[in-house]
Amino acid sequence: MGVFILRRVGVMLLTALCLTFVVFFMTNLYPNLEKLAKTQGNFRMSDEAVATWLERGGYLQSTPKKYLEWIGLAPSYRHVAEDGTVTGRCIQPGMTAEEAPRYCGILQGYWGYSTVFRDEVGNIIATRLGLTGYLMFWVMLIMVPSALILGVLAGMREGSAMDRSLSTVAITTTATPEYVSGVLFIAIFSSSAVGLKWFKGTATSAMENPNFENFTLPVLTIVLYGMGYIARMTRASMTEVMTAQYIRTARLKGVSFHNIVLKHALRNALIAPFTVIMLQFPWLLNGVVIVETLFNYKGFGWTLVQAAGNNDIELLLGVSVVSVLVVLITQLISDIGYVYLNPRIRIS
Amino acid sequence: MEPLGTFEITLRILYQLSPVWVTLVILFIFSIAFKRRLGLYGKLFDSPIGMIGFGMVMFWVFTGIYGAMDMIVTHDPLAQLSGMKNKAPGTPLRNPEEGSYPYYLLGGDNLARDVFSRLVKGAWVVVQIAPLATLFAFMVGITLGLPAGYYGGRLDVFLSFLANLILAFPVILLFYLLVTPEIVATGVPNYMAIVLFLFPIVFVTVLLNTRYYTRPKLRNPLLAGVLVIAFWLYLQTVSNGGYLVNTPTFSLWGLPRVLDFFDIPGGILVVFVSVVFVNSPTVFRIVRGLTMDIKTRDYVAAAQTRGEGPWYIMLWEILPNARGPLIVDFCLRIGYTTILLGTLGFFGLGLPPESPDWGSTINDGRKLLSVYLHPALAPAFALLTLVLGLNLLADGLREESLKD
Repeated sequence: MGVFILRRVGVMLLTALCLTFVVFFMTNLYPNLEKLAKTQGNFRMSDEAVATWLERGGYLQSTPKKYLEWIGLAPSYRHVAEDGTVTGRCIQPGMTAEEAPRYCGILQGYWGYSTVFRDEVGNIIATRLGLTGYLMFWVMLIMVPSALILGVLAGMREGSAMDRSLSTVAITTTATPEYVSGVLFIAIFSSSAVGLKWFKGTATSAMENPNFENFTLPVLTIVLYGMGYIARMTRASMTEVMTAQYIRTARLKGVSFHNIVLKHALRNALIAPFTVIMLQFPWLLNGVVIVETLFNYKGFGWTLVQAAGNNDIELLLGVSVVSVLVVLITQLISDIGYVYLNPRIRIS
Repeated sequence: MEPLGTFEITLRILYQLSPVWVTLVILFIFSIAFKRRLGLYGKLFDSPIGMIGFGMVMFWVFTGIYGAMDMIVTHDPLAQLSGMKNKAPGTPLRNPEEGSYPYYLLGGDNLARDVFSRLVKGAWVVVQIAPLATLFAFMVGITLGLPAGYYGGRLDVFLSFLANLILAFPVILLFYLLVTPEIVATGVPNYMAIVLFLFPIVFVTVLLNTRYYTRPKLRNPLLAGVLVIAFWLYLQTVSNGGYLVNTPTFSLWGLPRVLDFFDIPGGILVVFVSVVFVNSPTVFRIVRGLTMDIKTRDYVAAAQTRGEGPWYIMLWEILPNARGPLIVDFCLRIGYTTILLGTLGFFGLGLPPESPDWGSTINDGRKLLSVYLHPALAPAFALLTLVLGLNLLADGLREESLKD
């Protein structure tokens, strides 16, 4: 088990390095840098002015070198101007070149400076992630139990009327992407045209003061899309378990159907959905981006769109590091959890 | 003129769609009449769910095709008529020209364009891109997944690592990285197109070669002909305006402009490439898993003993036996691709802003959603029914293919 976890962690770190390098490479392509120079300097810069601006910031070094600096494994670039003043990434305003650390990258906890929000990337990501975490907490709290109940009820008696109708519900929800269900919800529940003004169509006020009125629709929108898939997986797993030999034995022994489902079948039927729920995180991340944009809830997904849309390179890098790590860590947990939950693998 | 009532709007829309109904009825009558001779497709008509799903899908396919032929649309999807901004469904035109349709059946959007016509034209965008992109993703996934599953070892480790790498990317981040104008300016999507579009050629070539290599007299002309046509199509799609890649710093000569008969508009090519790129790792994983399962069967061992080559075994022994799950996944994946296309439109990535595709229309409509519902609701329902139809179709196919 120990070797298994170590290997998985090793692969995970390698994947994270590769992915961040790809993102780094894509965001540091020359047209992006040129745009950065023009938004930071002025829009009518000549090509030479752009080149000197980039030179001064150390943007014209080779990509691997810049990447190592950004990670914090290579000393950061310093530019010595003609009058002798030294500038560089590590040298914060109010610091002299001697005081400033040589290395400043992700590993040292310095995530860079956002050009759109005019703040440290670390701060922005921390606050935004908090907001999204709160949203995700409620999503999980509603989605997981309802999906499991739906799946177990459908899979209990395969082919019954209940199975048919619940499966159709599950299929319909998986066929409704967030931007469709969100639009439908806003149209039905919050628009002045229909008259059912139960909830608010934006969640901007939910950032300070989340309540039933402004938080229901965003949560419901994400829940709906994710729920169908988990429910279908649970149903598949449940129907498989219900045909197993030991369930038949329990039936022949005269155990009540109620007890068979709750005590015998459920534990084994929930192994597969567990991994599915964990692997659902990357998809939820997508949903979060769409829903936060749609409902104007300024969380992590909204920040991703702002960073990508406004060419905020360092913020986009920070956001992608976090999202890639979230995806990889959930994959790791799902792998380990699967091994742990499944006695056939755990004991051998 | 008076605005139309709900009943009359429905009647007029149904009438406007009459070519679609006629085609659908003919298709269903013929399919049900000959269902015993049509294999898996015929069996679909034994399952009510599959039939409903198939009907919904074909409805949008025919709507898209006839819409592209300008049969169903009532107005030019880009024309802005004065006084029609955000008007409710069924509003008559203020001063209709001679011969033009006198109503906006589903109302006008915030730029005074006809929602109904844009809806129909948007169906064509989806019907064009989604199945083709899914097909390409399957070609890539199959061409790489079969050897990975069959040989295993280092090749498998390497390819699986690559696939997991792409899968670990949040899709929207990947889109933002690939589809923004700055990245498009560096030519990255063109390079990806050059690589990704090679896979279908490789696939078809190997497929034909393994089948007919014992009959060189048939194989040589066949392969030569197919390769010439395939490469010609390849160059047609990949090269644009005389260049394969055309950036300020670097350009690569392609097919001369005289021989280049059709160009894929830049935006569509970028969207197509990124959708194929996102989909192929999942297909790869499915094919790889199926191959690993099937290669232990007796008929594969028999083929190996017969001395068949590995590629013959992969393409003509393993692949046909993996077709059931692959066909089901193909339907599901078209639906997923449709959702992805909508997502791209929703974030205003790739396709031009005036494009009538459903995602962009939803994005346009959502800003005024609390006051005017119709511009966003129509494409939302359209997308919902198409994807639902594909999922039901997949469900029906799965049920029927499990029966035997």
